[in-house]
Amino acid sequence: MAGDAELHCTFHGIGVSAGTAVGPLVVVTPPPKAPADEAPTTDAAAASATVHQVLDDVAKGLDARAASAAEHAKPILEAGAMMARDPGLAMGIDTQLQKGLGVATAVTAAVEEYCAMFESLGGYMAERVTDLRDVRDRAVARLLGQPEPGVPSLTVPSILAAQDLAPAETATLTAETCLGIITEAGGPTSHTAILASQLGIPAVVQAVGILGIPAETTVAIDGGVGEITVNPTAQEIELLAERKRRRAAALAGGTGNGATKDGYPVALLANIGTADDARKAAKQPVEGVGLFRTEFLFLDRDTMPTVEEQTATYTEVFQAFGTRRVVVRTLDAGADKPLKFADLGPEENPALGRRGIRLGMIRTDVLDAQLEALAAAYKATGADVRVMAPMIATQAEATWFADKVRALGLPKVGVMIEVPAAAIRSKGILYHVDFASLGTNDLQQYTMAADRMQGELAALLNPWEPALLDVVALACEGGAAMGKPVGVCGEAAGDPGLALVLAGLGVSSLSMAPGKVPAVRTALGLHTLTQCQQMAAAARAGTNATEAKAAVMAMADPVLADLV
Amino acid sequence: MATREVSIASSVGLHARPASLFVQAATATGLPVTIAKAGGNPVDARSILMVMALGAKHGEVVTLSAEGEGAEAALDSLVALLSRDLDAE
Repeated sequence: MAGDAELHCTFHGIGVSAGTAVGPLVVVTPPPKAPADEAPTTDAAAASATVHQVLDDVAKGLDARAASAAEHAKPILEAGAMMARDPGLAMGIDTQLQKGLGVATAVTAAVEEYCAMFESLGGYMAERVTDLRDVRDRAVARLLGQPEPGVPSLTVPSILAAQDLAPAETATLTAETCLGIITEAGGPTSHTAILASQLGIPAVVQAVGILGIPAETTVAIDGGVGEITVNPTAQEIELLAERKRRRAAALAGGTGNGATKDGYPVALLANIGTADDARKAAKQPVEGVGLFRTEFLFLDRDTMPTVEEQTATYTEVFQAFGTRRVVVRTLDAGADKPLKFADLGPEENPALGRRGIRLGMIRTDVLDAQLEALAAAYKATGADVRVMAPMIATQAEATWFADKVRALGLPKVGVMIEVPAAAIRSKGILYHVDFASLGTNDLQQYTMAADRMQGELAALLNPWEPALLDVVALACEGGAAMGKPVGVCGEAAGDPGLALVLAGLGVSSLSMAPGKVPAVRTALGLHTLTQCQQMAAAARAGTNATEAKAAVMAMADPVLADLV
Repeated sequence: MATREVSIASSVGLHARPASLFVQAATATGLPVTIAKAGGNPVDARSILMVMALGAKHGEVVTLSAEGEGAEAALDSLVALLSRDLDAE
């Protein structure tokens, strides 16, 4: 096999299309850039005519490809053609030409202007930036007298690596010749991700560094966990095949509501961050949303989003889930993710600073506007809306928040338990609210006094840590005493083994990335509540995380090993 | 100059597929149709980029304008289009 056989390493990105593959790497060469010393435009009218002709040629080329493309690829190629013919783009380019910029530079500048605008809008709009830059690359290549960039024709089945694949490039791929896709950029909602999963091609995005690997090198890709192995050993290839079989078993757990073998219900919910996430998750067999993070509406903004804008987004999310529950967490911002319009200034220890509800209690205008929008969206939809506050530490905070939420007519109010104080005294806190949700990531950070952002402290942040399980148990005891539900919406909820422990501790709902639900559903269905309780006791009896996990795995159904 | 006001019915607002359908329909009229948000400058309704950049949300009222033969009828058809939840269709 060609390539540097000495080089053996792994890359991690975001797995966006499950499946595994092994094959030679084909690197998609970057498209040409407008030369820095491009001749300036002296005759704007003539230059404009040239550029318009080139854009028309690009559009025609995309149309021609759309005509012969597979059904799923047509709309994407047609959308590209539409952008190439866009009068707004032509106008933007003309403005740049009149300033005297060279043709390729003018195209680039005009496209970037729209890209900057779309990126600032985020979500769906930001993803369209890829389409627009594809049109730019094709136009710039033509203006420089070069062939249009794209994926080289794959003569042998290969794994593609690119900075980001343009929609027009992914559109012509087939699962026969393209074994896998790896990009350094892109996101979970990019075209690459959507098309790859439609075509059943394993894909990993955000795999930074992959372009440093020479072409023809053999790589193994796991599009489920987002791992890439360069020059894999025979053993690693076998492990990959085994993971594939395990995943198939995990998906065989049906689509019903979450429950233990003996029918004790544990609601399986999705964690979402945007309206787009909501639409996708709503199509999955989940019982609702256990954590709707609302930060995306606020971060990277110069001004506070209006009540109307927020209402529209919340309405969209609630509608997507119909009668299924949606647990909304109010804005969880603070010193580490500051808001431009509500920055309280730098702090020595941001994680211990004025974040979460503490910020909400200072900037009541921000929280009030959000609650007003949530109430309006609730009234408009009649959905099963449950609103909770982040970072609650005391009863006073809980009552302050609950009073606000109830005054607006919202049906259910809860708190996030992330601070050990709230877990220890959950009974008192739950006296004032209807439910609690354990944010195990922060709860562990605060229990262990170990910064989540510090990679060197990872050993202290293993979610099997018995101390964390003890704190979770305390919170659940308070819930049981008050007869109020306690759920989990941290990473731990998506681990099939820990899910059993959490169920055994008395947790009534588990919220996770929707892709993790099938494995957790299967795990729960294989064990009775009594077994879960026994596993929880065994895990807490361990002296460390490794022991806790080993104790549970030893007691569990052998199939659990295939799910983890 | 014919003008119409219409509230965006699409649940996702005027972007993604709804924006694309609207721009195609505006282009098909053969008229220089513009679209504006309340208090904003009108933009070319035949430009998907400008329409998406407008960022009209669900429930937001926009003003459509056109000039020329058949402008009234053209705007009526565009109003009808925006009054549907295009994303749900």
